[in-house]
Amino acid sequence: MMTNPGNQITQGQFSFLPPLTDVQITAQIKYALKSGWSLAVEYTDDPHPRNTYWEMFGNPMFDLKDPAGILMEINNCRKTFPNHYIRVMAFSSAYGIESPTMSYIVNRPKNEPGFGLVRQETDSRSIRYTVHSYATEKPEGERY
Amino acid sequence: MASETMKEGKERYKSGVIPYKKMGYWEPDYKIKDTDVLAMFRMTPQPGMDPEEVAAAVAGESSTATWTVVWTDRLTACEMYRAKCYRCDLVPNTGEGTKTEAQYFIYIAYELDLFEGGSIANLTASIIGNVFGMKAVRALRLEDMRIPVAYLKTFQGPATGVIVERERLDKFGRPLLGATTKPKLGLSGRNYGRVVYEALKGGLDFMKDDENINSQPFMHWRDRFMYCMEAVNKASAATGEVKGHYLNVTAGTMEEMYKRAEFAKSLGSVIIMIDLVIGYTAIQSMALWARQNDMILHLHRAGNSTYSRQKNHGMSFRVICKWMRMAGVDHIHAGTVVGKLEGDPLMIRGYYDTLLDTHTPLNLEKGLFFEQDWASLNKCMPVASGGIHAGQMHQLLTYLGDDVVLQFGGGTIGHPQGIQAGAVANRTALEVMVQARNEGRDIWNEGPQILQDAAKWCGPLKAGLDTWKDVSFNYESTDTPDFVPSATTSV
Repeated sequence: MMTNPGNQITQGQFSFLPPLTDVQITAQIKYALKSGWSLAVEYTDDPHPRNTYWEMFGNPMFDLKDPAGILMEINNCRKTFPNHYIRVMAFSSAYGIESPTMSYIVNRPKNEPGFGLVRQETDSRSIRYTVHSYATEKPEGERY
Repeated sequence: MASETMKEGKERYKSGVIPYKKMGYWEPDYKIKDTDVLAMFRMTPQPGMDPEEVAAAVAGESSTATWTVVWTDRLTACEMYRAKCYRCDLVPNTGEGTKTEAQYFIYIAYELDLFEGGSIANLTASIIGNVFGMKAVRALRLEDMRIPVAYLKTFQGPATGVIVERERLDKFGRPLLGATTKPKLGLSGRNYGRVVYEALKGGLDFMKDDENINSQPFMHWRDRFMYCMEAVNKASAATGEVKGHYLNVTAGTMEEMYKRAEFAKSLGSVIIMIDLVIGYTAIQSMALWARQNDMILHLHRAGNSTYSRQKNHGMSFRVICKWMRMAGVDHIHAGTVVGKLEGDPLMIRGYYDTLLDTHTPLNLEKGLFFEQDWASLNKCMPVASGGIHAGQMHQLLTYLGDDVVLQFGGGTIGHPQGIQAGAVANRTALEVMVQARNEGRDIWNEGPQILQDAAKWCGPLKAGLDTWKDVSFNYESTDTPDFVPSATTSV
């Protein structure tokens, strides 16, 4: 069990808030669309802080400008992967940014075992650290 | 205001002294080139002096001139090398009939060949090298500069930049949160790391050494680095987030700084820190090192207020921002508006724009006297630090936007329920405010209510708001822009 405040992984913009409702998620989608960004849904069962590439639930929805349609994609992903981490991301293609501009978690496994810290004692008192995800002790797809 | 330059020839170079204005340093009809370096000074002449002559003297002494005529000028393309003062305006609300002695905004153009590429030291040796001590000026302040694209392209720029920093940290769509470890002096390495761990585990993204934490008798640097990295990694495992601690590598020599930076790298730190007082060349060297070693480079602006705060003498902080973006730092402390340190809201927005924009338009209200194309140099993340707390979150987000590190040192460590609770209060306040803004709510007016509503389900936020509800620092700024809204553009 995770022992940080909230007892959960706190990646993303809104991990310190109560779980977002569909209405709240839609409000954030509207903000992204109004800013000219494209939305994407991604999921994983390896939430290591440096696991950059979560699986894409389809390509970013460059041409979908309807918040209800995007919410439907999010809910499809939740139905397909009810026990995975799912995040909504926004991408800006504007010059000077060309990078993600939003990222927030909209689905989590029921139990979040979190991570252990592996310390490898090396020269002198130096230590090499590895953050180890307990969930990844099981194979992909069988973790939560 | 015609040019009074004497014709080239025998008369012009007769031994003796002639006014700078006649030597070619005053050219009101000069046509600015895209490749010129431009500088704008606020100049207070000695009483009775002709302001244009003093302005020409500033142009002269910051380029080719000396106090007397020298024939050796005639061996050079001297007309090109002479800086040209092309404009001299009385500053609004100064001079006769006001309480302030007459001041002038003077604009000077410098030929690009006057400067060595990629060297802030060389640029500054000309622009601020000698002229501030000239007897003819009573006071002088460098207000702004326009750096041509051709010159910017000779600088590396921020080692990492805002975009890549966010990608490396996996943090998007909100300001980053940090805090400076307190007390800044006296903690042992072990105790110091405790503060770092608690704050990061509670929800901050970064912790930070203070500017004067180097390697003192109570805590040598290697101890600090090792305990801090234990704290960073333990907090990362506890939260599933990338975390960092700005390890201050400032030291007495470059050799020692490189040694400390290498050690920080070997321990897996994502970020190191230097102080402005190490000097421009040392900063550029550390920026090169940071680019080579995938390191974010944080700069603390230690010392800047000795020359940036007074309005009539020294230099504006926006110029420091420009030079530091060129020199290649990724973070720089640039003001909070609402905190304990100096800062007028529009002036601070001007600093932030200077650090973050790809192209900064001329904006006199913000103190930006020139248009500036940033020539695809990376963006530099502004850091807001000093006397800010969760209760001001709506103001901070409105004034400063998303691309900023908000540093709540006292506001985290001084929380009545402990450091972790302090971090929870700040992170919750931040997320709830970003959410509300994105939802289209008027956070400037509804902000306090939004925080109170969140405090109903977040105990640490309630305790924080109750503790600091009346703290504010409402002093008048000493550094405000002087402009007439209808003034014509400068170029």
